[in-house]
Amino acid sequence: MQLIARGILSENPIFRLALSMCPAVGISTTVMNGLMLGIAVLFVQVFSSVTISIFKNVIHPRIRIPTYTLTIATWVTVIDLVLAAYLPEAYAKMGIFVKLIVAFAIITMRLEMFACKEGVKDSFWDGLGMGLGFMIGMMVIGLFRELLGSGAIFGYDVLGFKPLLFFILPSAGFFVVGLMMAFFNWIEIFYKRSKGLK
Amino acid sequence: MTLAKTRYIVLASLFFLLAPIFARAEGLIAGQSFKGNNEIVVTFSGPVDRTAAEEIKNYTVYEEPDPDIRLVLKSATLAEDGKHLILHFVEPLNTAIPHAVTIKGLAGIEKTTFKVSKSYLGYLFGILISALLINNFVFTKYLGLCVFFGTSKKKDTAKGMGVVFTLVMVASALMSWFFYNFILIPFNLNFLQIVIFIGLVSLTVQAVDTVLRKVNPILFNSFGVYLVLVIANCVIIAVPLILANSNYNVFETFMLALGAGGGFLLALYLMSSVSERMQLANIPPTFKGLPIAFIVAGQFAMAFLGFSGLQLF
Repeated sequence: MQLIARGILSENPIFRLALSMCPAVGISTTVMNGLMLGIAVLFVQVFSSVTISIFKNVIHPRIRIPTYTLTIATWVTVIDLVLAAYLPEAYAKMGIFVKLIVAFAIITMRLEMFACKEGVKDSFWDGLGMGLGFMIGMMVIGLFRELLGSGAIFGYDVLGFKPLLFFILPSAGFFVVGLMMAFFNWIEIFYKRSKGLK
Repeated sequence: MTLAKTRYIVLASLFFLLAPIFARAEGLIAGQSFKGNNEIVVTFSGPVDRTAAEEIKNYTVYEEPDPDIRLVLKSATLAEDGKHLILHFVEPLNTAIPHAVTIKGLAGIEKTTFKVSKSYLGYLFGILISALLINNFVFTKYLGLCVFFGTSKKKDTAKGMGVVFTLVMVASALMSWFFYNFILIPFNLNFLQIVIFIGLVSLTVQAVDTVLRKVNPILFNSFGVYLVLVIANCVIIAVPLILANSNYNVFETFMLALGAGGGFLLALYLMSSVSERMQLANIPPTFKGLPIAFIVAGQFAMAFLGFSGLQLF
């Protein structure tokens, strides 16, 4: 439980560690896109963590990085083919980003820092936490952009008007992520200051 | 000695690049080109029959990818000397795509078919410019952001990083193109592309690392840390994946990789220039560090939107 909470909150991959930013900016125009890519990353993260954790005693330390890369590439191929076969519409929207999960720094980092040392069970929960953290981050950005850009959530019209069409434009992704990070920083500074006063 | 050799190599490669242009004009049609955005100019090697040439029904014109959609002609005008023909179309043409033109019953030949396209060199240059500015990998495709924000603090590191990226990109893209076309496609191993490409990229990075260490230790020391960063980066792996989707030949591959690398270099340099100025600026504490960098990148991205629709050739 602690491991999951850590992935979602204190070490959130997008807002706290600032890793894997490309999809966060690129395709988080709707909540649905964020959710889909989040699920794909969650899948790859969990399965790679478990795989590496099972074989951690067999892998020679000197070739560990290539091994991680190949493991991730294998699982990415799996999810890529599955998505292309069963959800062709969503797959077309995400485009090249599903294949690019292979280059996500966050996954390699978790394997290097956690899965190659700990047991299978802990690795599973750690992978789940990190994947969920990523998914939630993507969805929050997606929510923000979809609500402001097209006045809808999950494609359903909620506001009835379009407040700021600008947010649906691709380049707005940079602004949204920047503003969110600033917001998290603001909370942190605020929290520290209130603690310091008391 | 070495200079003379290099000169020969340059000449040979130039000839190789220009060869398609010389090899085109032949037969009745001496030349053809687009003029404006809704005209095609055809030059014949000798005067042709006016009534046959000016009859619109004798022409069929379509964009090469879809032969079913026929383009509608407005008029066909033959010049005084009977050699120059202007085909006028109702709607503007998409001059980026090659067009096939068929003429019936001209100069006694039942059917004359030829292609109209922009010059090949211009097309290659178009790919380069497109990857560099219009589809800049950082600002319009949102790739490689981790490295982009990590190393764009100082101009010198930004330049070095950009050069390493371009080198690795070109080398790995050419290798991936070779593997994809001669191994993956003939043996129907398309599903292995992710595994193969990531392996090739890591291999290239390792090779550049080893070669640089021996050949130019000073340069190696200045790059040092960044080489490792290059492996786990989506910009580099993205190039072969895009290639696999779009049937490029080897020159086009080279141009795309060069453009992508150059675009990354450009983006890093622009960002680092701003970062150096930002260190002197008075930024609110909540925005210090990454948040303000993202806002600046967003503004750059908006500026790069202005390049869309840019057409040079």
